[in-house]
Amino acid sequence: MHPAYSVIIFTTASGAGYGLLFLLGLADIIGLDIRGRWFMPVSLTLALGLVTVGLLSSTFHLGRPERAWRAFSQWRSSWLSREGVAAVVTFVPAGILWLLTLFGDANSAAVLIMGLLAAALSVVTVYCTAMIYASLTTIRQWHSSWVPPVYLVLALASGAVLLVCLTALFGGSTYVPGIIAVVALLAAYSFKLRYWLGIDTEEKTHTMQAATGLENARQIAPPHTSENYVMKEMGYRVARKHARKLRRLAALLAFVLPAIVCLIAAFTGGTLATICGLVAVASCATGLAMERWLFFAEAQHVVTLYYGEATA
Amino acid sequence: MTSLPTPQERSGKKLGLVIDLDICVGCQACAVSCKEWNTSGYSAPLTDLAAYGDQPIGAWLNRIHTYEAGPDGESQTVHFPRSCLHCEEPACVTVCPTGASYKRAEDGIVLVNPETCIGCKLCSWACPYGAREYDYDHGVMKKCTLCVDRIYNENLEEVDRVPACVRACPTSARHFGDLGDPESDVSKMVADRGGYDLLPEMGYKPVNKYLPPRPRRDKETAAPAPVQASETADGKAGIDKLFAWADRMLSR
Repeated sequence: MHPAYSVIIFTTASGAGYGLLFLLGLADIIGLDIRGRWFMPVSLTLALGLVTVGLLSSTFHLGRPERAWRAFSQWRSSWLSREGVAAVVTFVPAGILWLLTLFGDANSAAVLIMGLLAAALSVVTVYCTAMIYASLTTIRQWHSSWVPPVYLVLALASGAVLLVCLTALFGGSTYVPGIIAVVALLAAYSFKLRYWLGIDTEEKTHTMQAATGLENARQIAPPHTSENYVMKEMGYRVARKHARKLRRLAALLAFVLPAIVCLIAAFTGGTLATICGLVAVASCATGLAMERWLFFAEAQHVVTLYYGEATA
Repeated sequence: MTSLPTPQERSGKKLGLVIDLDICVGCQACAVSCKEWNTSGYSAPLTDLAAYGDQPIGAWLNRIHTYEAGPDGESQTVHFPRSCLHCEEPACVTVCPTGASYKRAEDGIVLVNPETCIGCKLCSWACPYGAREYDYDHGVMKKCTLCVDRIYNENLEEVDRVPACVRACPTSARHFGDLGDPESDVSKMVADRGGYDLLPEMGYKPVNKYLPPRPRRDKETAAPAPVQASETADGKAGIDKLFAWADRMLSR
């Protein structure tokens, strides 16, 4: 599948935004060290900013962005529509939470309730994003039961890494966010390894024979002399050798390095924790962009069977 | 809208095509005729970009592959037209976030409303058959309409009220009809010839059917194999043996 940059930016940025929003919504419950009156509003601005940038970026790959509002209508059948609705609904408690922390009493019951609602809706939105991919039976590498857990835990891990950085910048204790980040990053790594193992070992069940009804078929002349939309969008594939290298690099940058520096941040403080937080954010962002690129590039669509692939 | 019509809502009519792979000669007349009709029809335009450049790209609703198929030594060239199969369970419709994609309850035709499509391309990801193409210029998805603007068009002669591809096919390899009616010509053809579904295991239940190429007849009709040279009594046998010996020597 063709990896569209707008979709890579959208899913990684909004994932991290929802992960951060989830943790901020539960700030009281998980015992975050909130220093000063600006930590919450600034952090929430970052979370909502990432979500908004992501959502806007997702409209860039539309042929008719001015009609994007129509996508809220078909939530009964379409995961993409459900995602749009969930994203907009999440803005309501998240926006109220932002206003309360900016102008109101940060310890009120309203903050707790809006926080819980924003956290729950963040989970729902990321789950809907994952289901857009996981519901497609045409792409084996996406139609995997590991896709929703991977998306959810990646959002949590990248949000926790941001939280480590923010807490350190505001001079708070990075112990709680640091530990959450390490646990989430290790969980994300193990889920992603399990996902990769799954797509590597699973049998390819669709054949060119089933696609054409012809025994022992091979294509001797394609229908068109240059690439068409179907080939550009669905025929994109990365060389297996490169995929292996990129997987290792993505895992190192997205999970291993951020986990190490977040661990250091958890047990230190001050400037060292801030540097660790910044390194973790930069590394995790780069690694996740590669991971998401691979999610597309390694995915083989069934339609490639008509263009000469033996199995899919 | 993008929820599929319920069994109660469906009329039972399943309009579709039957494509005979035995007699298709791969002339592309159906693809060209389709393009000509539809570039000014329901989902007009079907844009071509860089049509005279070295990498032309355009939206076509019908694509004809050419395969070689069959057991070793008996393979045949098979021309394989590929277009929307107007599935009974089209995931391309249910994934649509806007309601632009829909399946008609009255005849089963799957259509895209070009006025409300946002060009998110998700329907093309959901289709296993590559039937939907994105129009890079128009910004919306294009697909076979089963010539919905021909088949009910009373301004046309009755003989022309079939999809453009069917009307154009010079070998009558393409047939149009109601596959929901077991007594229709197309249904009988499917029953007689063992018409089949593409990728049946995916559960999309395509309405369009393909008729398989008939087995090669050259074995029955060809002249009997020539008698082996070594078995003949005339003088040629010796020369043939000499050539065979020379061949063996030279092949060493």
